[in-house]
Amino acid sequence: MPDPDTQITDEALRDVGLLPFGAGKTLVIACGALAREVLAIINLNGLDHLTLTCLPAILHNTPKDIPQAVENAIIAHQDTYDHFLIAYGDCGTGGLLQATCDRLGAVMIDAPHCYAFFDGTDQFIARGEVTSFFLTDFLARQFDAFVWTPLGLNRYPDLRDMYFGNYENLVYLAQTDDADLLAKAKVCADRLGLKFEHRKTGYGDLTEFLTSRS
Amino acid sequence: MSDQDGDLILADLNDSELVEQMMDDLYDGLKDEIAEAVTILLDRGWVPYDILTKSLVLGMQIVGDDFRDGILFVPEVLRSAQAMKGGMAILKPLLVETGAPKMGKMVIGTVKGDIHDIGKNLVAMMMEGAGFEIIDLGINNPAEDYINTAINEGCDIIGMSALLTTTMPYMKVVIDQLTEMGKRGDYIVLVGGAPLNEEFGKAIGADAYCDDAAIAVETAKSMIARRHNQV
Ligand code: B12
Repeated sequence: MPDPDTQITDEALRDVGLLPFGAGKTLVIACGALAREVLAIINLNGLDHLTLTCLPAILHNTPKDIPQAVENAIIAHQDTYDHFLIAYGDCGTGGLLQATCDRLGAVMIDAPHCYAFFDGTDQFIARGEVTSFFLTDFLARQFDAFVWTPLGLNRYPDLRDMYFGNYENLVYLAQTDDADLLAKAKVCADRLGLKFEHRKTGYGDLTEFLTSRS
Repeated sequence: MSDQDGDLILADLNDSELVEQMMDDLYDGLKDEIAEAVTILLDRGWVPYDILTKSLVLGMQIVGDDFRDGILFVPEVLRSAQAMKGGMAILKPLLVETGAPKMGKMVIGTVKGDIHDIGKNLVAMMMEGAGFEIIDLGINNPAEDYINTAINEGCDIIGMSALLTTTMPYMKVVIDQLTEMGKRGDYIVLVGGAPLNEEFGKAIGADAYCDDAAIAVETAKSMIARRHNQV
């Protein structure tokens, strides 16, 4: 396994994804935003039967394109792998990603999005935090490229309250214990004008998803 | 684009040039220029309804098309919407005075649990531009809010917006509640939001799913016309 900290850049995960990595016969097709987390779980649990590939995380801003991108990846790798695990939530595809996976015999995470499964989907839904905006480790690192710039806040700072005027809290769902990231996430909350909350979730339901399947 | 050559004076343009320029300015989200142009056209004796439909609404439709086609993104759409809103604020009081056509009344809001409101706001604005009276309930609405408003205000249309997979199903709760009250037939129910699709709209028993604001306006108009023909 390559070392994710030195050999993978967040920029590549955002814009191009990741070519298959590993020698296992089960291919995990993940969102680029989950690459480090999936690799960490693989390493921690010795899941040598898994190989990881990622699609560009930026697909999240055009969720309609996600099901087709996943389908293309499955088809491209069909001859090489025996099983496919799709490390995506619904991500705003309105059930279409689930339908695609069902049709192609791939298994995906049963959750609306990664904020839910990191927190634990049942718990996340039960909390009902309607006025909270969430960050993960990836988003805390990629806040400008993923949130600030696509929303045009670098060009039109006055739009901030049109986007976030109804929000109260920024909840940082932390996968790792990292003082730098924590500091970064706090700055994000300030920039958005939101109260800050730090919630250590670890990898949440993602671990169970990856460890419980062959 | 009006400030491209720095000294473009809107008042020097003839009517058709000005309307053309307004569409450009709306596209570029230039709020002050839109307000100025609206005032100029009013001074030239244009009927408020014509200013609305022949410049602002048309211009905003171009913005909507380019958003759908991936040419424009959310911040650009927001800025255009703000510019249009500025123009509408001037026209709105005048529309009533000048007897602009009244198409019907709609209550609209985002459903319980959802506070994504950009799309909902755009639909409300374009419906208003098309002559519908709008009661905007804002964000995070329980079924009672839609239903009570529709009943008390005599609405024709109930519009629900959801952008989250977790909140879409709530639309069915509202529709089922209407049905239980024996009132489903009294209202046209329109639903929208990026993760929805036509199939979902049908499955929950809405009258229509609308892909964008322009389609919402067309759908609302034709459904209202059909209703009137039935009466
Ligand atoms: C902008 C945006 C935000 C803004 C919202 C600002 C605001 N005031 O609304 C911000 C940044 C605050 C935000 C927050 C979140 N978001 Co968001 N967001 C988006 C984004 C990028 C665009 C939505 C949008 O405004 N589009 C522009 C408008 C013009 O389009 P529209 O909404 O589709 O509306 C048009 C049509 O759908 C239709 N329409 C809409 N409503 C109605 C109603 C009626 C009656 C009719 C007829 C038609 C109609 O007409 C409209 C105009 O043409 C989408 C992704 C996407 N591309 O859709 C994600 C998206 C919806 N968000 C998502 C998520 C996950 C979140 C967060 C949870 C993220 C986080 N990090 O915390 C939070 C929500 C927190 C919470 N507590 O719930 C996911 C949802 C995933 C899912 N499974 O449901 C999406 C799909 C992104 C993704 N792929 O992950 N978000």
